[in-house]
Amino acid sequence: MADQNESIPAQEEAAAQDPAAQQNAELLALLHRLFGADAFTDVEEPYGLLTVTTTREQIHGIIAGLQKDQELQLNFLTTMCGMHWPDRAGQELGMVYHLHSLTRNIRLRLKIFFPIADPVAPTLTDLYSAANWMEREAFDFYGIIFPGHPNLMRILNVEDMDYHPMRKEYALEDGTREDKTDLFFGR
Amino acid sequence: MAVNDTLEGTHKIIESAREQQAHLNPLAPTVNDFNQELTTLNLGPTHPATHGIFQNILQMDGERIISGVPTIGYIHRAFEKIAERRPFYQITTLTDRMNYCSSPINNFGWHLTVEKLLGVEVPKRAQYIRVILMELARITDHLICNGILGVDTGAFTGFLYLMDEREKVYEIYEEVSGARLTTNMGRVGGMERDFSDIAIAKLRAWLKTFPAVMREFEAMFNRNRIFMDRIVGVGAISAERALNYGFTGPNLRAAGVDYDVRVMNPYSSYQDFDFEIPVGTKGDTYDRFMVRNEEIWQSLRIIEQALENLPAGPYHADAPHFYLPPKQAVYQNMEALIYHFKIVMGEIDAPVGEVYHSVEGGNGELGFYLVSDGGRTPYRLHFRRPCFIYYQAYTEMVVGQTLSDAIVTLSSMNVIAGELDA
Repeated sequence: MADQNESIPAQEEAAAQDPAAQQNAELLALLHRLFGADAFTDVEEPYGLLTVTTTREQIHGIIAGLQKDQELQLNFLTTMCGMHWPDRAGQELGMVYHLHSLTRNIRLRLKIFFPIADPVAPTLTDLYSAANWMEREAFDFYGIIFPGHPNLMRILNVEDMDYHPMRKEYALEDGTREDKTDLFFGR
Repeated sequence: MAVNDTLEGTHKIIESAREQQAHLNPLAPTVNDFNQELTTLNLGPTHPATHGIFQNILQMDGERIISGVPTIGYIHRAFEKIAERRPFYQITTLTDRMNYCSSPINNFGWHLTVEKLLGVEVPKRAQYIRVILMELARITDHLICNGILGVDTGAFTGFLYLMDEREKVYEIYEEVSGARLTTNMGRVGGMERDFSDIAIAKLRAWLKTFPAVMREFEAMFNRNRIFMDRIVGVGAISAERALNYGFTGPNLRAAGVDYDVRVMNPYSSYQDFDFEIPVGTKGDTYDRFMVRNEEIWQSLRIIEQALENLPAGPYHADAPHFYLPPKQAVYQNMEALIYHFKIVMGEIDAPVGEVYHSVEGGNGELGFYLVSDGGRTPYRLHFRRPCFIYYQAYTEMVVGQTLSDAIVTLSSMNVIAGELDA
């Protein structure tokens, strides 16, 4: 515990002032102790919520470990969703997980990114029953495949749809329309 | 020849139907044995007892449910996609249409999320006004759910009394926002208008008359032998399973977990009020019914406290970059005109960042995960819809029960199709 805190002096300093930052520092120390410091990249705290990025190889082990952990009891899967960043080569698709400890009231956001050519992420259905439809939604919207999912089919859109509509290449309005350009205010 | 062809075709159809059945339920017998024959029942999509458009394909052994396959998405409107094209203030109207039984909570939940992103501090009066309206919305949400539970068990009268009360709350909404069901209430930074004297008068009058109606409703149902026989022990779920399924709100509290966002992560000054969180023990339909009834009383307590201590002062934040100026000023004042134009065109300076904010909706934790890349619209907006998450457990809760039990279980879970499908 002590040596972990030494490696993150900035968090420790912030922790002295703010209880939320203190919780985050404690949580980060736990993450580093359980899974090793190199399991996480991009540690941030946007709006007080600890956000870490990891890899798809490790995410299942991390969430399973946090579910079992008795110290902070991060065993409530609040939500998860897919994301698409077309400009990030090799990291186009992502999944974002929100975990919550109902006993300690600590939240954690985990992210993984992977290439769009290989849109595979591990399923959490063996840990959380709630993950079932959330993963079906991510598959429906972004085409992310979850090997081992018991019933990976579209959930909100029709079965015979042949594309994944939340990907950024599908503009909301018909891309062939020329009478309605949105040069100044559109993306 | 022709007859044989037809027969063969029929056999093929039967065979494929059996294969489909076997896919739905591996236990379905493939032999044509009358005693083991199962019935496939389509409950929905437009069945009056589902109170919304979603389908359950049930395998029935007589009256007992063997397995079920839920199909949802009938009113999917791609809100998350549409939100990626809209400036923040235009997304409020999308949130209305999620849980349309308690629109103001959705509206303010969204505004609170954007205010968190933009760092806008909302004055106390606006926060209290929001609390009053959110608690009114919670009451109407629970009134509908519990009233309909009565209808589904054959007691129509209670529902009519409660609809009458909901009507009066809608008149208060009308006075505050001009709308009744899809309210589009409030703005980023506060309310669009203050409570008028008429609104306060209507609210005070309603607070006087409503408790008597609620007491009457409770007297009619809470210890009613027929009603209790129908719903005690029906559709129960343990706290452990409920947590694993991501339950929140009254359904989770009925199972005995006292998680309430209003207490755990207070927003909009909920920490100023004194109220209790009712919990159940068994997580069955009766517990859900009782938790909702008690929450109505607690919401009334909050409203009374908020109305009693309603602070004076402005009803919106002093944030001209984000809050529309008064219309009169737009015509007479250059700065106001510029701000008006920029806000309406969505050209506000949103910081790059991501924020998750949740409020206690009518059905549980209603969360907004907003990723902003600094553009005029969200880069990604994900709604955590409590219905969508807990409705997964429905099959597990009704397997082994009778069809009529499945109906009251569905009713007491308060599945709102708009929120389910977004």
